[in-house]
Amino acid sequence: MAAAVVLRRLRPHRLVAPALTTTTTRGVSDSTDPLTIETSIPYKSHIVDPPSREVTTTPHELLTFFRDMSVMRRAEIAADSLYKSKLIRGFCHLYDGQEAVAVGMEAAITRSDAIITAYRDHCTYLARGGDLVAAFAELMGRRDGCSRGKGGSMHFYKKDANFYGGHGIVGAQVPLGCGLAFAQRYRKEGTVTFDLYGDGAANQGQLFEALNMAALWKLPVILVCENNHYGMGTAEWRASKSPAYYKRGDYVPGLKVDGMDVLAVKQACKFAKEHALENGPIILEMDTYRYHGHSMSDPGSTYRTRDEIAGIRQERDPIERVRKLLVTHDLATMQELKDMEKEIRKQVDTAIAKAKESPMPDPSELFTNVYANDCGLESFGVDRKVVRTVLP
Amino acid sequence: MAAASSLHATAAPVAAAAAGSRSVSAARSVRVAGSGAARAGGRMVARAATKADSPASAASSKSDGHEVLLFEALREALIEEMKVDPTVCVFGEDVGHYGGSYKVTKGLADMFGDLRVLDTPIAENSFTGMGVGAAMKGLRPVIEGMNMGFLLLAYNQISNNCGMLHYTSGGQFKIPVVIRGPGGVGRQLGAEHSQRLESYFQSIPGLQMVACSTPYNAKGLMKAAIRSENPVVLFEHVLLYNLKEKIPDEEYVLCLEEAEMVRPGEHVTILTYSRMRYHVMQAAKTLVNKGYDPEVIDIRSLKPFDLHTIGNSIKKTHRVLIVEECMRTGGIGASLRSAIIDNFWDYLDAPIMCLSSQDVPTPYAAPLEDATVVQPAQIVAAVEQICQ
Repeated sequence: MAAAVVLRRLRPHRLVAPALTTTTTRGVSDSTDPLTIETSIPYKSHIVDPPSREVTTTPHELLTFFRDMSVMRRAEIAADSLYKSKLIRGFCHLYDGQEAVAVGMEAAITRSDAIITAYRDHCTYLARGGDLVAAFAELMGRRDGCSRGKGGSMHFYKKDANFYGGHGIVGAQVPLGCGLAFAQRYRKEGTVTFDLYGDGAANQGQLFEALNMAALWKLPVILVCENNHYGMGTAEWRASKSPAYYKRGDYVPGLKVDGMDVLAVKQACKFAKEHALENGPIILEMDTYRYHGHSMSDPGSTYRTRDEIAGIRQERDPIERVRKLLVTHDLATMQELKDMEKEIRKQVDTAIAKAKESPMPDPSELFTNVYANDCGLESFGVDRKVVRTVLP
Repeated sequence: MAAASSLHATAAPVAAAAAGSRSVSAARSVRVAGSGAARAGGRMVARAATKADSPASAASSKSDGHEVLLFEALREALIEEMKVDPTVCVFGEDVGHYGGSYKVTKGLADMFGDLRVLDTPIAENSFTGMGVGAAMKGLRPVIEGMNMGFLLLAYNQISNNCGMLHYTSGGQFKIPVVIRGPGGVGRQLGAEHSQRLESYFQSIPGLQMVACSTPYNAKGLMKAAIRSENPVVLFEHVLLYNLKEKIPDEEYVLCLEEAEMVRPGEHVTILTYSRMRYHVMQAAKTLVNKGYDPEVIDIRSLKPFDLHTIGNSIKKTHRVLIVEECMRTGGIGASLRSAIIDNFWDYLDAPIMCLSSQDVPTPYAAPLEDATVVQPAQIVAAVEQICQ
């Protein structure tokens, strides 16, 4: 029974159940009884008392973590193949290895809280409730993409889920995030903004400008540095005099979190949200890692060793950690989890197939959305002329 | 009170402009179709662009109006909009407690509080970005650059985020910000504080640009800019803040995309905007004495151009002179010339002349500074040349 429940959650429209264990003795647990698990390592903090290492979760939540992270992992790997088959063009920045940050954050907050990130945004979009088909369609530049095919990999947005993108210029999203938090404070919404950036962006001046203003006006913003230790090809110790990004706020408190431990991330984000609502900005440094290179144009192995990558995958992989937890706490068997992954693979493949069916945008789309309420014209430059293209 | 449906603010016959003074236009009320609808639809502008010539319907104000200086007109516009719409807020350096470096926001912090009239640190890049982020979330910030030149620091935010987010998000986010500030050549303020940057923002897709030149149009354009769903850059001029004019007591909003007929004429169309309008009117006095009849149009809308008004004028006069303070290279005049050639080539009897400021950093020394911008004598000479 429980197995069927899990299946319905995974694939509500599937007609045929895959071969899961047919024994009725025990299925994958979806209990909501609380369970306390210790984070991998203690938090490091800067001018604030860190939260406890004991994280309360439930078997149901752990399974959700496993499933969501596996979907993300599978989606990113599929995007890799699509890029190599030239269905995705341009820049494609993959998030595999960093899934715990997106998933853990989402677990700690609501959809009324806002998230804004940079260009490594596919999984953040999915975590915010984004649709797999819309994601792949956008990557392939199709009409049914989440930005109608006009944004691409770096410009995923989901307004109804308070996901503000999706930004290509390094660090430029940080002041935007402070602006979101400003609006939240202005309207007394009681919500917060998670403003994500990388270790590379941490050296942008506008970050410190924005941080100053956020602290000055006690804006409910949480700056999250997803430190994957490389700014494209430059290691953090070669770019930053002080790679302790959580301390760089100086007068703003900070917390260093093991970004590969989804429970640690969840706990930290929960803590940060409460802090931000009371006291203004706080910095979270997520110690994480990306398996792929900076983007699909970067092999990712010229500035780091394959041993390093393999080592992290071995020791700290976020999905493996949750798998171990599920198995050791007897919440699921290895086989069940493997089957779940097979399911997910099919789910992702189906989404890609559906996305491939979506057509390219109509040529008239070139000119829509340049202006809001286009004054009756679709687009105008200074000469007010409407220009239409004729494609061969 | 003008009929609400007549969107064309047509000038009443203008008294011959005295030297250097602004034209006294009969107070006219233009109501953009219903104050609520102003935000809902842009349909009215399409009509403005394509409608056939209609008889001038001069609307006169019921009351006498009141005299204001240009910066006070801007302030009135801000106050009116902030009273009506709680999402309108102001960001800028020294806008709050100091009252604004040109007094445009004087008293607003007392009226609306420190959060709505936000004194920012000197961080143009990030407070412009904050304004864009706040706009994404539904507020309508008015971002002041203390000098337009400082906004170059925010260029990335203005170009990439402000201009593009509506497009790259597939229409999900609107960015209804107003970016305003004084620019142009002042009185020996030095090169970095005397920049003419209209051309820098010109190519950014998704932005609208307007330039105000009189207290009347300053108030109307500011209100329209705040109400617009698009990001609007409002260019003010350092030397025009103390212009005095009588403006209507009733509320009015101008059309962002419309040009203003300053002085109807027959011989030559002079297109200008901002401070150069006054140099043109000064030259016009000389020209009238010499027997010429120039038609002067303040184009006001720098992006997009009001080719309807401009075109009608060219069809009448067949000669065009553009007088601007923008840089010569890649300036507003350059684009305007191009647009006119594309659209009205058959109506031209002479090459289009364009007088722009020189492609130099504005020097400090007074005679050199004067030589940087277009002076009335040059305008007179140009008209004489065109009308040969």
